[in-house]
Amino acid sequence: MRIAAVAERRAPLTATRWFPLTVGALTIVAVGVIFEVLLRIGVLNRYIIPLPSEVLAAFERIVAEEGVIERTGTSAFEVLSAGFACIAVGVPLGVLLYRFNILRRALEDWVAALAAAPIVLAYPLFMVLFGRGSMTVIVIAFAYGLAPIVLKTVEGLSETRSVLVNVGKSLNLSEAQMFWKILFPSAIPSIFTGIRLGWTFCVIAVIGVEFLVNLGGLGQLINDLAERYDMPGTYASIGFVIGISMIFFIILEWVEKWLQPAR
Amino acid sequence: MTMAAPVTRKVRERRETRQVLYVRLAVIFAFVAIWEFLSRSGWFFADIIPSLVSIAQALFRLLVNPAFWANLQVTLLEAAAALCIGTIAGVVVGILLGANRFLGAAFEPYLYYFSPTPRIILFPIMIMWFGVGLASKIALGALASFFAVALSTAAGMRQIDKVIIRVGRSFRATPWQMATKIYLPAMRIPVLTGIRLGLGNALITVLLAETKLSNQGLGYMVNTIYQRFDIPTLYALLIIVFIIAGACNAVLGYVARRAR
Repeated sequence: MRIAAVAERRAPLTATRWFPLTVGALTIVAVGVIFEVLLRIGVLNRYIIPLPSEVLAAFERIVAEEGVIERTGTSAFEVLSAGFACIAVGVPLGVLLYRFNILRRALEDWVAALAAAPIVLAYPLFMVLFGRGSMTVIVIAFAYGLAPIVLKTVEGLSETRSVLVNVGKSLNLSEAQMFWKILFPSAIPSIFTGIRLGWTFCVIAVIGVEFLVNLGGLGQLINDLAERYDMPGTYASIGFVIGISMIFFIILEWVEKWLQPAR
Repeated sequence: MTMAAPVTRKVRERRETRQVLYVRLAVIFAFVAIWEFLSRSGWFFADIIPSLVSIAQALFRLLVNPAFWANLQVTLLEAAAALCIGTIAGVVVGILLGANRFLGAAFEPYLYYFSPTPRIILFPIMIMWFGVGLASKIALGALASFFAVALSTAAGMRQIDKVIIRVGRSFRATPWQMATKIYLPAMRIPVLTGIRLGLGNALITVLLAETKLSNQGLGYMVNTIYQRFDIPTLYALLIIVFIIAGACNAVLGYVARRAR
């Protein structure tokens, strides 16, 4: 009886969404503690891996001394500039490919190939073309993030339910009315999936290029600290960038889910 | 009457195929024309937009240069080693997360949200742990491919038909037999998809790491050519890298289609 009662009490806790997530987070903390112990007793080399407690302490330092907030602003500006440019170009391009089937058949595979191409590697070329500044970072991020938005716009418009299109036809809607009243609203969830993917690519490109070229915001901070051999600072800044990126992706995903039609 | 419809459809399809070809040719022609116009316009510094002829010449010079092949070998070796390590680790972790609902719920969200973060920023850590040689690039590439394979495998594991699993258990298959005879064959498609994504991630990460700090590999070549300001060769090398990445993707895509 007692075992059954305990099982009954425990079942709802493990079934909640937060319990496993907390266990996961505690495991990460436990790994940090194990590293701290192994480093303090000399099993691991402190010149290669800093103490996790030092890394935690370095967060305050990188905020106060390294201008993390300003750098986050710089990177965010680059991501948003590239991201909005991707939307401004990608959505109309997707609409164009949807509207003209021949154009779509001719170019959709090329756009998909562009999505898979390692465009970021061409950063030296972009530096030659656009100079060593924010513009280069924005253009690379734009080129990297454009394809998913185009492809998902085409997909969203093509997958509009035929019953909706038929309703539009039965109401004798003009082509523009059909687009704005039926096709575009129905494609918004898919377009936003493209925007989420495109903006994710933009974040990767912006931080990556800043790090590689030693230019601008958060990517440059990691590079600077690594070159100064400030190991706790390097780890803390990497952790900060990963954290910020994760929050950004979670927000994008949340908006995407919010836009999905109720099922 | 009955023959008329298929014939009309066939004629229409043939006409559309021809139109697709014309559009593609027109786009290529427009691209070449605009490129050559910009190249000769004098609006840019000399060589920033070199003529397509000089890029083709550079491409030829690159292909007959033994140093290119040696560097290509290094990059492919790094990417292959990274993919192998990332795939093995990813499949093991993916099976664990997919097989156990609690483990999946506890750790998969962290993997999921960590996977799209820019991996190249971990390069300073990899250099500290594995040195400036090939090992740090392989480790970074392995990490880049690991997430795609692990997440894809875990998702595939959950999609396996329960009946197949029960058949394996009713035969009293050992865990190894369950993994090799039931789980892996049943989820070959998601695993192959993961490997395909992982290969792309491994290749680009290895190349970027080479541009940052290396003395061999195609990424290193990109960097040295840029520092020499040999722009036609830079374009030529990037074209080759894009073709290699596309070819790798196409081969794995073909394998995945065959596996269906």
